[in-house]
Amino acid sequence: MAMFEGLSEKLQEVMRRLRGKGKLTEEDVAEAMREVRRALLAADVNFKVARDFVNRVSARAVGAEVMESLTPAQQVVKIVHEELTALMGGEAARLAAAPQPPTVVMLVGLQGAGKTTHAAKLAVLLKKQGRRPLLVAADIYRPAAIRQLQVLGEQAGVPVFSLGQEDPVRIATEAVAHARSQGLDYVLVDTAGRLHVDQELMAELQRIRDAVGPHEVLLVVDAMTGQDAVNVAEQFHQQLGITGVILTKLDGDTRGGAALSVRAVTGQPIKFVGVGEKLDALEPFHPDRMASRILGMGDVLSLIEKAQAALDAQKALELQQKVQRAEFNLEDFREQLREMRKLGPIDQWLALLPGFDQIKKQLPENLQVGEKELRRMEAIINSMTVEERRHPEIIDTRRKHRIARGSGTTIADVNRLLKQFEETRKLMKQFAGMEKQLKKRMGKLGRLPGLPFLGPRR
Amino acid sequence: MGLFERLKAGLQKTRQALVEQINLVITSVRKIDESLFEELEEVLIQGDVGVETAAELVDHLRDLARRRRLETADQLREAIKAKVMEILGDPVPMAENPSGPTVILVVGVNGVGKTTTIGKLAHHYRSQGRRVLLAAADTFRAAAIDQLRIWAERAGADFIAHQEGADPAAVAFDAVQAARGSRRADVVLIDTAGRLHNKAHLMEELRKIRRVVERELPGAPHETLLVLDATTGQNAVQQARLFKEVAGVTGIALTKLDGTAKGGVVIAVRKAEGIPVKWIGVGEGLEDLQPFDPRQFVAALFEG
Ligand SMILES: Nc1nc2c(ncn2[C@@H]2O[C@H](COP(=O)(O)OP(=O)(O)OP(=O)(O)O)[C@@H](O)[C@H]2O)c(=O)[nH]1
Ligand SMILES: [Mg+2]
Repeated sequence: MAMFEGLSEKLQEVMRRLRGKGKLTEEDVAEAMREVRRALLAADVNFKVARDFVNRVSARAVGAEVMESLTPAQQVVKIVHEELTALMGGEAARLAAAPQPPTVVMLVGLQGAGKTTHAAKLAVLLKKQGRRPLLVAADIYRPAAIRQLQVLGEQAGVPVFSLGQEDPVRIATEAVAHARSQGLDYVLVDTAGRLHVDQELMAELQRIRDAVGPHEVLLVVDAMTGQDAVNVAEQFHQQLGITGVILTKLDGDTRGGAALSVRAVTGQPIKFVGVGEKLDALEPFHPDRMASRILGMGDVLSLIEKAQAALDAQKALELQQKVQRAEFNLEDFREQLREMRKLGPIDQWLALLPGFDQIKKQLPENLQVGEKELRRMEAIINSMTVEERRHPEIIDTRRKHRIARGSGTTIADVNRLLKQFEETRKLMKQFAGMEKQLKKRMGKLGRLPGLPFLGPRR
Repeated sequence: MGLFERLKAGLQKTRQALVEQINLVITSVRKIDESLFEELEEVLIQGDVGVETAAELVDHLRDLARRRRLETADQLREAIKAKVMEILGDPVPMAENPSGPTVILVVGVNGVGKTTTIGKLAHHYRSQGRRVLLAAADTFRAAAIDQLRIWAERAGADFIAHQEGADPAAVAFDAVQAARGSRRADVVLIDTAGRLHNKAHLMEELRKIRRVVERELPGAPHETLLVLDATTGQNAVQQARLFKEVAGVTGIALTKLDGTAKGGVVIAVRKAEGIPVKWIGVGEGLEDLQPFDPRQFVAALFEG
């Protein structure tokens, strides 16, 4: 059992307990704050940042207007969330644009943070916005780093400027001149990863900066970073004056407390988050959502948005009503599979669910169902008769043989599909129940469409 | 420079940051009181030991101080040293295959230093006069194959690769087969693509690589190293748990200890998953890999 799953559960429990109380004593608040502190630390928020944060919230929480309000617990929860969001920088920030193109952007950070990939992702994003970016290969140290950027540039359809293992200062300078002469409007400089305590290499970055006068210096930070995030951010900021942060690998299951630390010590906004290895897996940063994630409250807004964008709300509603009336059959299941293909990898959006830590325990081991698998499942259902789809219970061994043959699969595959269907039906019922609770808690934020769950693959 | 000196030098930053802080707290002339324990806990947490493990360690210390009537800071120091040593356990050497090539599978999340560590390991085995074969089973990341090829050249190791986008399990299979046949290698190091441990399909791929290797050479992989970045916080515990589950991790290489990160999370990892640290990475060069010796590590950790 991972320790911070436990902690986040604990925190939610504390919040629930608080909510359950009518009047709050100062000791209640102090106890809750101790738990909040633990949750923050378990999420890798820096020790000092967590301490300051808790002090600030406590000061507000024991204030008269909270203690004497009708719903003190709710007030405290609200304060925690507000302060967390504020700490993370309020509104989403945008990428700078130079009044005189090209806009020069430098990507800097530790080794392995994801600079090269994110330079390419930024290029893709800019290109989508009708810009003409240039990628610059200024990592002359790591073996094959230049080649990596060239391959990514090719994939992105973006030109890559390289002078081999030349001095990075010269590479950057000539790249900017090149962009200007070619009418390219963004220059994205991929620099080598380096330690913030490596004076020689930090001085190299300063020389690049002084030579090209970047409009953005983006610090690329791995979302899984621990306590050291503070030292790293402080040093890079002190020595280079960063203007923003890209938080990478947020598609992992880290709580991402580094986001808080980095923001707190630099005062610079997190501008983008990386959420996958594909070149389009770059998103603008939403402070409030990150706040929820760190506290383990689930990124409800993202989920709703994502689900609403991808799913046909009307269909989802119908499905859910069917589940509740226990009429959900294989035809509906097939409909769901199709909807699911539009949503993308299931583990990615499932992790956004509030209280997912608890649900996860009840879920089958392997949730991951790939595109191929989805198509195969659909093929199996397609090989059934209408009668079979509507009344799965009539499918006997003989029918299974026929279905397997018809869909080019095996009996085992058919059995598995039927099992997955059953699991889904069961889980959807639970899910519908959870949604009701959620709505009560969150007010009218929108509805969560019924979502399919699939059983284990073997 | 002897091994111990090299280890100490490599751990200099760690020592400075974590240990010396602990020492500062402990040795400052003051009697043992509650605030001392609190400060100790803070130092541990700042070293990424984790809030839970830190609390346990300090509770243990508190209890011990009471039971054994500890009075001096030195006694406290010995006590916490002993406790961390106990958790880290005895050193565990790298596994060897006595009757054929030793196969080492290297896994981990993106960017932690897998490929670099393989380059360093290749150098380590080469300097023992052994024949080393590197297998480029990261067929996913752009230019990953080129990167490993360069390390193979640097270390004087043999090298096997397929096309970018090829089946990684097939690369691993070929490498193991070649090591036993035409290429006659003593050690096979398999580089894999970085993957986040919560991506089930990528973890399945890893399981498959392992299975294929196992089938080709029963008993292989003899060692599965999880590379952890010392900068990583508590998420390392999840990484360890899931990679162990899928790939049967037998050891950890803790990289980037040349920075200011302290890597204290390996204590929590050892406690939760029982996986020993076998190597530490202290730089980007061929030589910047050192065997992890728990005894010396803790000694260096607590003896300023
Ligand atoms: N300072 C320092 N840097 C390291 C160490 N080990 C690896 N690196 C650097 O970390 C970066 C990433 O290393 P790689 O070996 O490419 O990491 P990887 O895990 O193979 O990365 P992917 O294959 O992309 O997942 C490179 O710039 C390495 O030079 C270390 O011990 N110390
Ligand atoms: Mg690699």
